[in-house]
This record gives sequence, structure tokens and C-alpha cells, in this order.
Amino acid sequence: MKTFVTTLLTVFALIGFGQPGADEILKKIDVNMSSENRIFESSMTIHGKRASRTITSRSYVVGDKQSFTEYLSPAREQGTKMLKLENQLWIYSPSTDRTIQISGHMLRQSVMGSDLSYEDMMDDRKLTETYNATVVDTEEIDGRKTWVLELKAKVDDVAYASRKLWVDTERFVPLREELYAKSGQLLKRSTMSDVVQVEGRWFPKTVVYKDMLKQGDGTEFKILDIQFNQDIPEYIFSKAALKM
Amino acid sequence: MKTAFKLACRNLIGAGLRTWLNVIVLSFSFVVIIWMKGIMVGWDHQAKTDMTNWEIGGGQYWHENYDPYDPFTLSESHAPVPEMFSEEITRSEMEPMLIVQGTIYPQGRMQSVAVKGINPKQKIFLLPTHKLDTVTDAVPAIIGALMARNLKLNVGNYLTLRWRDSKGTFDATDVVITEVFTSNVPAIESGQIYIPLEKLREMTMMDGEATLLTFADSEKERSPVEGWVHKPKDELTASVDEMIKTKTVGQSVFYGILLLLAMLAIFDTQVLSIFRRQKEIGTYIALGYTRREVVGLFTVEGAMHSVLAAVVSAAYGIPFLAWQAKVGWTMPMDVSEFGMAIAQTLYPIYSFGLVVSTVLIVVLTTTVVSYWPSRKIAKMNPTEALRGRIQ
Repeated sequence: MKTFVTTLLTVFALIGFGQPGADEILKKIDVNMSSENRIFESSMTIHGKRASRTITSRSYVVGDKQSFTEYLSPAREQGTKMLKLENQLWIYSPSTDRTIQISGHMLRQSVMGSDLSYEDMMDDRKLTETYNATVVDTEEIDGRKTWVLELKAKVDDVAYASRKLWVDTERFVPLREELYAKSGQLLKRSTMSDVVQVEGRWFPKTVVYKDMLKQGDGTEFKILDIQFNQDIPEYIFSKAALKM
Repeated sequence: MKTAFKLACRNLIGAGLRTWLNVIVLSFSFVVIIWMKGIMVGWDHQAKTDMTNWEIGGGQYWHENYDPYDPFTLSESHAPVPEMFSEEITRSEMEPMLIVQGTIYPQGRMQSVAVKGINPKQKIFLLPTHKLDTVTDAVPAIIGALMARNLKLNVGNYLTLRWRDSKGTFDATDVVITEVFTSNVPAIESGQIYIPLEKLREMTMMDGEATLLTFADSEKERSPVEGWVHKPKDELTASVDEMIKTKTVGQSVFYGILLLLAMLAIFDTQVLSIFRRQKEIGTYIALGYTRREVVGLFTVEGAMHSVLAAVVSAAYGIPFLAWQAKVGWTMPMDVSEFGMAIAQTLYPIYSFGLVVSTVLIVVLTTTVVSYWPSRKIAKMNPTEALRGRIQ
């Protein structure tokens, strides 16, 4: 019996040889995708039931605590600015010339009618801090081999009780993510594509967010242009910059 | 005075069609004003009764953070039910209700709702909560007809409900509509879904907690409870009072126009009488009447229109108003979207005070309008008047 168990463990160890642990994979994703700072222009296309609308914006991001976004089009949203500092969020609306702080339960509202909530945008806790991750499978997505990571919440104040992450085994880029309710029901799915190498790091240029309970094709987020580690003036991340 | 009445009656009957036209117009004002005021009183009564039966009972305790106009406060508006109420709750004289924000997905559409947990065996509200006391493969839920119509939902339909527990973690499950109820209170129908209280507490990890406590007895003296705000019935129905007050002001304009038309006819009649009956006026003065008495005579004559109108109104108005009180007035438009407690059919309620005050207002107005042109008599030269000269 003892011999049988030892043999079984050896076989499992051999199968897993060469595959990093789940936490290690998550760390590698962070290394690959995070940078000191980045400036990018993006478009967000919200696919509604009848029509779609596209919003373009330019964002300045430092680490995961500071970000500043200015909406460029359409005309109705042009000039709207959003500032995130740590866990605080302000929005400036040029039509009213007012800056309002999005706090508490307003954070749960959708961003510009998209499938993303402000809270989704604000969540900057590292996955390794809030979830216990395990590699449960390998799958192929669009010809790329991926590890399937299952993440179970280890703290009780997270929005999603569990997540599933499909990570490219070579590029350490997530290609798909699924967010689950406590009951196990699939709530949201993000699909990443157009993975390109920018300044030595692999980056998905297109992300489609989809609320799985809702009809429609979700919200498509496209990076039009991205630059890493640029000189971003400090004043950008101040409330005064919202009215500039 | 007796002679004045006799003369007034004789002159009015003698004027024939002119008098009757005035009387009919005035009587129409009487009936319409009483009917409209009756509708307002009926609405007030119906709205408050419906609110009591469906929404507020005999009054409520609100969690201190609860604001019905701000759904974002809901996640902060819950606390354990105070121990002092447990006996009342056991006797079904108080009902706790837990409210959380949720999202339903009928036919894949997204709709924010207030999820209300209510005791299926409650006896305070007319809500068909017994339909929640059933065994189904999904969570049983009841909704109002207004919401069912807007979202095209029927009994037996399944839909996904998503909510967050007390820690903010998302959860989702299927609910099945076990009943669609109809009330006249949109505040309890629009964007709301009712499920069993214990189930909601379990789903949200808010064991023993509530947002609202509704009691049956409005008369009982209530002391303040820490963390909860006492809302007596009067305070909860104050919005109805304000609405009725606003509507009454609006209606007064309509009464004013009606009365103006009737008074215009009376005024014209008085002016014509004084113009045509100058010889008569001269004769009265020659016979020893003082000018004041002659003015009084003509004023009484004018005011008698309203008395006659009251009699005529009673003849056709009483059967009409009684019939209306029985069958009610069904509004020609759909009132469910009005957002206030209003029934499609309103039943007017006429009080003695309402009728008397209306009669007094019309009689007084008519008297003033009759007196106004009669003042001219005081300035008449009796000799000239006797000769019938126009003055």
C-alpha cells in the first residue's frame, strides 16, 4: 500500500513537472502586465440591444493606485475626466463644470452604461492577496495553450466568490476570465485577444467584458495606442487637473 | 324682509326663462363643485386606506439609515430587530421587512429591483404573501401587476436574481413568480420583488435583521428606539395630504371659472333689471322705501337665484351624486403610471360639511354679485326714476 501511494505521488509530481504553481503564475502575470506607469488611448464599445456606441479616452496610469482618464469622444462625453487615487474616485463633468466623488454604493454603478462597474475598475487588490489559486486544467484557446486557474476567495469582502482564469502558458497573459457568484453561477466573462508585444511585454489589446446574465454582446475595450514608463507630470493626478 | 322675499319670488318667477337659465347654470356649478370636492375626499380616503392596507400598516419604524428615495442607502439600512419587539412580532402585530438592492434579468434584460423579505404568514398587509409559503425548485416570489406588465412577467415565470450579501459578495439564484398582485399603491409595486423573509436573511447573511418594522396598531403609544426612527401613520400619509392640497388648489381654478360664468349671468341679469325697472324703483321710494331697502330688495332677488339653484340642484344632483358614490368615476387614462396611490375608479364621498360649505360659498358669492350692481340704486334720483328716465 505504501509503495502504491509513493508511486502515485511520484507520477503526479512528474506530470506537474515544469508547471509553475498558481501563485507563481499570477505573479508572472503581474510582472508581465504591470509597469511603473503607462499612457494609453483606448476605445470602449458598448453593444446594446439595439445599437452600439463607442467612447474613446486617453488614460495615464501609475502603478495600480493612480489613474487619470479623459474622454475624447463622442461629443456628449468629450471633456469628462475621471481621477482615481488609491480607493477614491472623482468624475468631472464639463457640462455642469462640477467634480463629484463616486463613493460608497455609487461605485457599483455601470461606467457609461457599459458592462463594467466603477468598482470593477477600482479593484486594485492583488489576486494573490484575496484568492487562493490552483491550477486545475490545461486548455487551448485560439491555438494557444493555457493553464486554467481556479481562484477561491480567502477573504469575505470580495465581489466575486470565485474566478477562473485561462493563462497563456508561454506569454503569461490571461486570455479569458470568468467571475462567479457564491452559488457558482457564472456572472461575468472577459475575453482577451490581439495579444501583442509592446516594449518587451505581452499585452492583450482587446478585452470583451460580458455580463453573462444579460443579453447583448458585452463591452469591447480596445487599446489603440500604449506606451510604458513615460514621464507623467505629478499634477495630472490632482483634483485641479480635472478642471484643466 | 318678508315682503322683500315675496316680491323677489314674484319677480323671479315673472322673469321666466331668464331666471331659469341663471338657475340652471348656477345649479350646474353646485353639482359639479360638490362632485369634484367629493372625488377629492374620496381619493384622500382611498389613498390612505390603500396605503394602510398595503404599505404602512398602523405606522412603522425605519432603520436610521433607510431612505426610500435613495436605493444606495439600502445596503447600510439593516440591523437586528430590537428584542423589545419580539413579543409583538410573535403575536403578528408587528412585521419586520428586510430590503436589499438586487438585479433581475427578465428575458436577458437587466432591471434593478428592491428585494423585500416578508413573512409569508403576515397579517398586516393585503399582500398575497401566503403564495410565498410554497415549495418550489426556485425561490418563490410575488410581484405587483405594474411591474409584471412593464417586464412582461407572469405567474410561473422564472428569472435570475442577483444580489450582494452583507459583505458585498455577489450571489445569484433563480426565482419563480408565484403570484402577481394588484394594488392601488405603485410605491409597493414598481421595481420590487417580494420573497420569504427568512430566505432573504439567509441569502444575504443578515440573520434576524430588518430594514422596516410595520406595526398594526396606530393608536398605541410608541417610544423611541435606538437606531430606529419612529414614523407614525400621519407622517407616512403626509404626502397624500400634500398631493390632495395641491390638487385642490388646481381644482379651485376650475370652480372659479364655473362660478365666474354663473356670476356673470347673475350680474348681467341684475344690471338689466335695474335698467328696466327704474319706474318700479322710483315707485318703491315714493311709497316710502328707503334706498337701502330697495337695494336690499334687489340683492335678495339676485341672491334668490342661488337658493332656487340649490333646490334645482337637489332635484337632479342628489340622484346623480348618489349614483356616482355607488359606481364611482373611472378615470379615462391609465393611472398606474402616476406614481401615487390612486385607484382607477374613484368613489366620491360627500360630507354634510362639504355640502353646506359649498352652498354657503355659492349663496354668498351670488349675494355679493347681486349687491354690486344694486348699489347704483342708492345714487338714483327718485323723481327721474319715476319718470323712467335713464340715469
